[in-house]
Amino acid sequence: MGILEIKNVGKRFGGLQALNDVNLSVTENTVHAIIGPNGAGKSTLLNCLVGKLIPDTGSVTFQGQSLLGRKPHEINQMGVSRVFQTPEIFADLTVMENIMIPCFAHRDGSFKLNALSAVRGQGDIKDQAEKILEDVNMLEKRNMHAASMSRGDKRRLEMAMCLVQEPKLLLLDEPTAGMARADTNNTIDLLKEIKEKRDITMAIIEHDMHVVFSMAERITVLAQGTPLVEDTPDNIKGHPKVREAYLGEAQV
Amino acid sequence: MLGIEKRDLSLLVIVAILAFCAPFILNPFPTGSAMAQFNAGYPDLMQRFVIFGILAIGFNILFGLTGYLSFGHAAFLGLGSYSAVWMFKLLGYNVLPGIVLSVVVAGLFALLIGYISLRRSGIYFSILTLAFAQMTFAIAYSDLFGKMLGFSLTNGETGLQVYTSDPQYFHSDSAPNIPHLFGQEMQSTFTWDVAGWSFDFNFGYYMCALIMLVMFYLSIRIFRSPFGLMLMAIKTNQTRLNYTGLNSRPYTLAAFVISGMYAGLAGGLLASMDPLAGAERMQWTASGEVVLMTILGGAGTLIGPILGAGFIKYFENIFSKINEKVLHSWFDFLPESLEYGVVWVLEHFVGSGWHLTLGLLFMLIVIFLPGGLVEGGQKLAALFHRKKTEDTPADGAKTPAE
Repeated sequence: MGILEIKNVGKRFGGLQALNDVNLSVTENTVHAIIGPNGAGKSTLLNCLVGKLIPDTGSVTFQGQSLLGRKPHEINQMGVSRVFQTPEIFADLTVMENIMIPCFAHRDGSFKLNALSAVRGQGDIKDQAEKILEDVNMLEKRNMHAASMSRGDKRRLEMAMCLVQEPKLLLLDEPTAGMARADTNNTIDLLKEIKEKRDITMAIIEHDMHVVFSMAERITVLAQGTPLVEDTPDNIKGHPKVREAYLGEAQV
Repeated sequence: MLGIEKRDLSLLVIVAILAFCAPFILNPFPTGSAMAQFNAGYPDLMQRFVIFGILAIGFNILFGLTGYLSFGHAAFLGLGSYSAVWMFKLLGYNVLPGIVLSVVVAGLFALLIGYISLRRSGIYFSILTLAFAQMTFAIAYSDLFGKMLGFSLTNGETGLQVYTSDPQYFHSDSAPNIPHLFGQEMQSTFTWDVAGWSFDFNFGYYMCALIMLVMFYLSIRIFRSPFGLMLMAIKTNQTRLNYTGLNSRPYTLAAFVISGMYAGLAGGLLASMDPLAGAERMQWTASGEVVLMTILGGAGTLIGPILGAGFIKYFENIFSKINEKVLHSWFDFLPESLEYGVVWVLEHFVGSGWHLTLGLLFMLIVIFLPGGLVEGGQKLAALFHRKKTEDTPADGAKTPAE
């Protein structure tokens, strides 16, 4: 039984069957990649996991508990964090404030009316935030405005914001989209480092095969809303069905 | 000290000094001089400066921090006034119960209106709050509930006021027959005449100023709290906030209720200074005015709303007092034909036409200083700073640009 179980999930948008009977199991403490051509339903699947979309059929369970019908913030409080395709950060705030917000969320829950205590009086939160900033090599940028950072740094910051909550499952939606090769390699190193340091399960949606094959322990190929194959990276390489899905009419 | 940072404390001290010295600051011209009409240091106007300051500070907690633009805050102002006058009618002229009730009533209404309106964000939220405010206005203006219940609840278009036939259960004959705080009348004014100047020290003003300072202090605490940080986070990226395990709804609702209570307090104080409550206080133009005050001063800054409120109330009173005669007396040094031309143009911008001036000022500020008066101040400070460093290049080299 995996940490995340997706059973018979289907989702329809008007006349388009975006997901069709998807079954997927993510084993705890592994890196599981979900790949597939454009329009395969990767993002729809991810949105069904985080509470943004509710699937029409099937079930999604995380550690034995159903995720269906729960709000994004509730799912996050259960231990699922998400990194977006374009970094979603608090652009108007400083790097330090960006990190402190998830720290508060982790400590105080989804709502706390602490309107009269001071942010700077919270030593534990500050220590926690500084530690994670050191982990991602951003400590010297803590007073910078998040909006003024490079895209790579924004991605790094977003990752740190997710990690500081000590999630059990980290969902990454194309974490290297639009990055130069050097940045991509940095991100891969960062993710590998994260994986080594803690018990964490990662589900990565990715286009870039370089990223997938250098990290994933298990790969699921999605095409037209249905899982085509699920196997280890070595077996996926050169798999005829996968080539067919990516190249269309495969004349191998 | 007081649990706030040094920088915020100095801001609080500056506001306190401004508030307590207002009778001097606002009366810079001798009473007999031609410039005396620019004096704003009379009790009635000073009271309104600080009361609308409270309203704008509260509005800024919602709009400045969360970015939710409420177009219905005048409803809470009006509700506060009605509550206070009802307390005067039932209990007596001591202002304390009235002020307490006005905050409570506004808070409860804010909870209801906020609970419904905050289901939407952006322009839809603004429209919902506007609709609620207009409904409250219509109900108050027609005294709908009063008619249903068989007595006058808001007294319709005449406005609610205290009559001698009202019960006033706690009124004793020794107590004054106008609003007072434990016997100290709101209207009591000490006038200090000195060498042509005249300064008014009004009890009601100082009470309001003290309350305003407490409210300002409270808003500083809210701005610097984790709660305030979450409100700012809502403004910059609500999606990320939700995916960070935080529920934005209770945060926005709490901010809405707090700012509604500030507005209720302002309404209660308005009624305490002048025991009248009319429906026109709830008009959408009044809601628009507080939006103008906040943006003009600088939304999201601590001191901005107070500056904006002072700015608008000052110009409203001073510009609307200037009439054609005054203009003629200013320009009589010009040749007659020119004088009439100049006066003809300018008279449209003063008196009842002062809204034109306000509109122009607002446009100029929004276009050139989107951060409001506070941004203007910062730019000026930076300009002086740069000049200073240019004069002393050695110093400039030592301290790199911030």
